[in-house]
Amino acid sequence: MATFGGFDLKQRLAAKLITPEIEALMERVPKPTGSFGYDAWGYNEDTTKFAVAVWKLLYDKYFRVEASGLENIPARGRVLLVPNHSGQLPFDGLMIGVAAATNPHGPRAVRGMIERFFPTVPWLGNLMNAMGGVIGDPLNCSKMLEAEEAIMVFPEGVRGSGKLYKERYQLQRFGTGFMYLAMNHKTPIVPVAVVGAEETMPALANIKPIAKLLGIPYFPLLPLYAPLPARIHLQFGKPMLFDNVDASEGAVCERVEQVKHAIHTMIQEGLAARQSVF
Amino acid sequence: MSASAKKNVTKTAAPKPARPASKAAANPVAASAAVIAGGRKTVLVTGAAGSLAKRVIAKLHGEHEVIAVDFRSKVETDAGIPSYLVELHKRGFEDVFNKHKIDAVIHIGRIFTHEKTRQQRYNANVLGTKRLLDLCLKYGVGQAIIHSSYFVYGASAYNPSLLDEDAPLKATEITQDLIDSVELESLANIYLWKHPQLNITILRPCNVLGPGVRNSMSILLSRPLAPVLVGFSPLMQFLHVDDMAEAILQAFRQNHPGIYNVAPEDYVPFQEAVSQCGCSRLPIPSIPPALPKMISNALNWNAFFPPYLINYFKYPVILDGSLFRKTFGWKPRRNLNDIFSFYRKQKLVVSGSS
Repeated sequence: MATFGGFDLKQRLAAKLITPEIEALMERVPKPTGSFGYDAWGYNEDTTKFAVAVWKLLYDKYFRVEASGLENIPARGRVLLVPNHSGQLPFDGLMIGVAAATNPHGPRAVRGMIERFFPTVPWLGNLMNAMGGVIGDPLNCSKMLEAEEAIMVFPEGVRGSGKLYKERYQLQRFGTGFMYLAMNHKTPIVPVAVVGAEETMPALANIKPIAKLLGIPYFPLLPLYAPLPARIHLQFGKPMLFDNVDASEGAVCERVEQVKHAIHTMIQEGLAARQSVF
Repeated sequence: MSASAKKNVTKTAAPKPARPASKAAANPVAASAAVIAGGRKTVLVTGAAGSLAKRVIAKLHGEHEVIAVDFRSKVETDAGIPSYLVELHKRGFEDVFNKHKIDAVIHIGRIFTHEKTRQQRYNANVLGTKRLLDLCLKYGVGQAIIHSSYFVYGASAYNPSLLDEDAPLKATEITQDLIDSVELESLANIYLWKHPQLNITILRPCNVLGPGVRNSMSILLSRPLAPVLVGFSPLMQFLHVDDMAEAILQAFRQNHPGIYNVAPEDYVPFQEAVSQCGCSRLPIPSIPPALPKMISNALNWNAFFPPYLINYFKYPVILDGSLFRKTFGWKPRRNLNDIFSFYRKQKLVVSGSS
């Protein structure tokens, strides 16, 4: 992996950024890896440690994230984290990853789903894998849950992250894939409400021709092409467990609505309690 | 090549009838093995000149009668092992079946992707295997083990990790040069369901490395300077050739027909493996995608970085080997460091002597 700049530079940065606190937390992550620190999906202990240290600066200093309900993330065993999605770029996912990795109740290495074109991009593909990202293939998810991993799924997908500022905090349609995974693999779902990420990149419009030209899902018109320092609040809800008795499409959709409702309620609470956006 | 040369049997190894079981019982080790195997068998091993087959033969020898076959050279074998130089798709091959009552076949012999032309590979690998399986049917062979490769899955950016045995075989999507590998498999599959009496076991190992191994990956890691694609370091699995030989032996002894991935539960990125083997990295530009193929062609890197295997140096093909591990109770005994240290030491010896 160490192909970014000189190796020394990376080591020096790591020594500076990775605090003993992060080191101790990452030690506790229940994550089996092979003799070189990699798992079957390309996760790497050292790279993740480094990434957590870097994103922790953003977490503490820039977005000033407050996380509550962290005790609801099981300290070990399979789990699906299901948040609302917003903010054009996946800062919400990164912040949830940092919150879970530095959770005092039991740190977890959360696996995010990445778009399928990332592995074709030099460096970035390997880097995202090493940080725990995996292409969102159902087979990957099944095998990871069987391996007792913590997976983060955004059921809204790009419908959520690409929505405009005027649609903020309105949950978009939820895909049902995560519910089938939860049911088939007897996995608890921890609903997560993210409040504040909507304001980091307030999109005024989606410039579709540019998105089409670049082959990306959306291209927002933004006042500033950098994230604004909005305060982010993460609320982790109580784990929800669903049995596998009735797996008809109707029954599955109803269960998805239950999760969506739980997230919606937490978002409204979070918005009501919020004192300032920045 | 004359017919006599083809069937040239070593002096010490005149074909003889299978020894009675009572003789084997005199040796306690052989006796216990014979119980597992259900008696002393005559086993034909193809590709006998290769490092993997040599190890399999050494393990089988003593417990069973072994017949060594290769198309490259007549193999010098231990006393008591008949050895033939014969091409599988040629008529002379049937004489081996006439001469010996063969109980099982372990088919390892294969022309590698870097050897000979596509047509020659097709003849030897696909038609040769078909002929072998037809002869197995004709002469009532009761077990066949086919050595395949993880190449058949194809290296693609969209591959999920931990591929199961029922994942689609997409190698031909990438290159026509792997058609023979996929065809050989589909052929074995047809015989597997059509002729259950053949008890076919197909093994798909990950990268096999170790002393004497001459596949592309082993040749590449033996070089002081190893080409790597800039910005791509796919995760890989490696198996020591001794462990693969043991896997084949277990598949033979326990006889559970089917298709199995053979791979350890340990993973390492390719560029890390290159460094661990003591190679210096030679960065090859990866954009545009056609460029590395052109470079490989121009520099004639067919033996270790062939143009049609470029994708395997770019995207991972990670196997789920749990089915084989569970079914046969097999576990690799050598770890990644054991495997890589051979290549490291090999380079020290070379640089020390020069």
